[in-house]
Amino acid sequence: MEGQVIELAYALDTFYFLVMGAFVMWMAAGFSMLEAGLVRSKSTVEILTKNIALYSIASIMYMVVGYNLMYPADGNGVVPALSFFLGGDNAASDVVASGGDIYYSALSDFFFQVVFVATAMSIVSGAVAERMKLSSFLLFCVVMTGLIYPIQGYWKWGGGFLDAAGFSDFAGSGVVHLCGAAAALAGVLLLGARKGKYENGKINAIPGANMPLATLGTFILWLGWFGFNGGSELMVSNVGEANAVSLVFVNTNAAAAGGVIGALLFSKILFGKFDLSMSLNGAIGGLVSITAEPLAPTPELAAIIGAIGGILVVISIIVLDKSKIDDPVGAISAHGTCGIWGLIAVTLSNGDATLGAQLYGTVVIFAWTFVMALIFWGILKMIMGIRISDEAEEIGVDVAECGIEAYPEFKK
Amino acid sequence: MKLITAIVKPFKLDDVRNALSEIGVQGITVTEVKGFGRQKGHTELYRGAEYVVDFLPKVKVEVAVSDELSDKAVEAITQSANTGKIGDGKIFIMNLESAIRIRTGETGSEAL
Repeated sequence: MEGQVIELAYALDTFYFLVMGAFVMWMAAGFSMLEAGLVRSKSTVEILTKNIALYSIASIMYMVVGYNLMYPADGNGVVPALSFFLGGDNAASDVVASGGDIYYSALSDFFFQVVFVATAMSIVSGAVAERMKLSSFLLFCVVMTGLIYPIQGYWKWGGGFLDAAGFSDFAGSGVVHLCGAAAALAGVLLLGARKGKYENGKINAIPGANMPLATLGTFILWLGWFGFNGGSELMVSNVGEANAVSLVFVNTNAAAAGGVIGALLFSKILFGKFDLSMSLNGAIGGLVSITAEPLAPTPELAAIIGAIGGILVVISIIVLDKSKIDDPVGAISAHGTCGIWGLIAVTLSNGDATLGAQLYGTVVIFAWTFVMALIFWGILKMIMGIRISDEAEEIGVDVAECGIEAYPEFKK
Repeated sequence: MKLITAIVKPFKLDDVRNALSEIGVQGITVTEVKGFGRQKGHTELYRGAEYVVDFLPKVKVEVAVSDELSDKAVEAITQSANTGKIGDGKIFIMNLESAIRIRTGETGSEAL
């Protein structure tokens, strides 16, 4: 009988990983739609291609080497052991014999993790939209998902030195979102702004082509995030864990809502109107802000943390624009600025976390990712270039790089 | 025969179409266009950056009419498209050299 209960709990927790992982996979659709909505129509096909391709590259690279680098059988805390391909899974007899210590399928853990690396990678695609060479981007994907992300992931979730130092990051404000934003920032700095964005000291608006898609994408991300944070509790099969998961869902929702309201009100104050695109970024910013600690706060505190994230997103977008850093979708702000805020906000509710350890982790993750990304973007820039030609940028990447138009019949 | 081109505000299209039907105009072609005359555009704000929208959406209506109907058609358009506010549009009248109905080959006024 006890064996049956153990097996049932194993099955439930495994099922939980798989379903939460599937939710996070759905975020790939969310990113695709959000980005497609915020770029011009002539860049739509290319960004969709980038999104589906990066998800696929991430899936393969993480399976080939990334996962094993991030969760190695061995390592000294800084350098993980190198191995390739996934292993087998747990035998029922071993599970029962462990008394429940082994409580989920090994492959379900891989599945849950692979969708996270894809999320980190997709943060980059929005920031470099409309002017990056597709092939350069895809090559960078290989390095980011096979090496850069796994190593810093190992340092925290794989049991490396950041974990040992007391750095706390429940679902990845740092490991996933700040990491993605750092790689994006490195890319954007080497890439330069879109033509016509900053002219004669003026910041020109380049409005997105499809607000309904952008909004749909945001709602999809919001839904997927329940898997992102909820699944990161890693277990559901007893009362304590089930309650914890429930609180995580509630806090995640509260933070997103807070983020939207924060961004909406703040943009009303700043610009005199409720800016939809800012409120969409606000939702994301709120979600990123709570991702480092969605369990410890009360729902009220979660909403406030999200609201502050929503306000920070708006400020960050404006500051980046004034600094001539062109981020068409606000990815660096929503994931980077709010990622940092999320890591610091952990200290508001988690008594085990210290500001020192949080800042330590923040700096390490940012520095590693930013420098490595800068190196690889730099190498790509030297070998093959990372930016499309001026002429291609005028015609649009869809026609120039992909040879397909998103809306071939709707020509003005 | 005359070819009458009218640029009007998009929400006035139905009124213009009905007014023309009433005086006996049977065919009409409509295109979505953008443009401006003396009506200034407006400024919008996107993510904190201002941008000016110069070209305003309008609708271009084209009708081919016999000379006898031309004045009435112009009046019908003028009355139905008028709001009294800036940006109501303009009407251009051109001489139409010939017209042919594709299905039957009829020419001239019989083609209209």
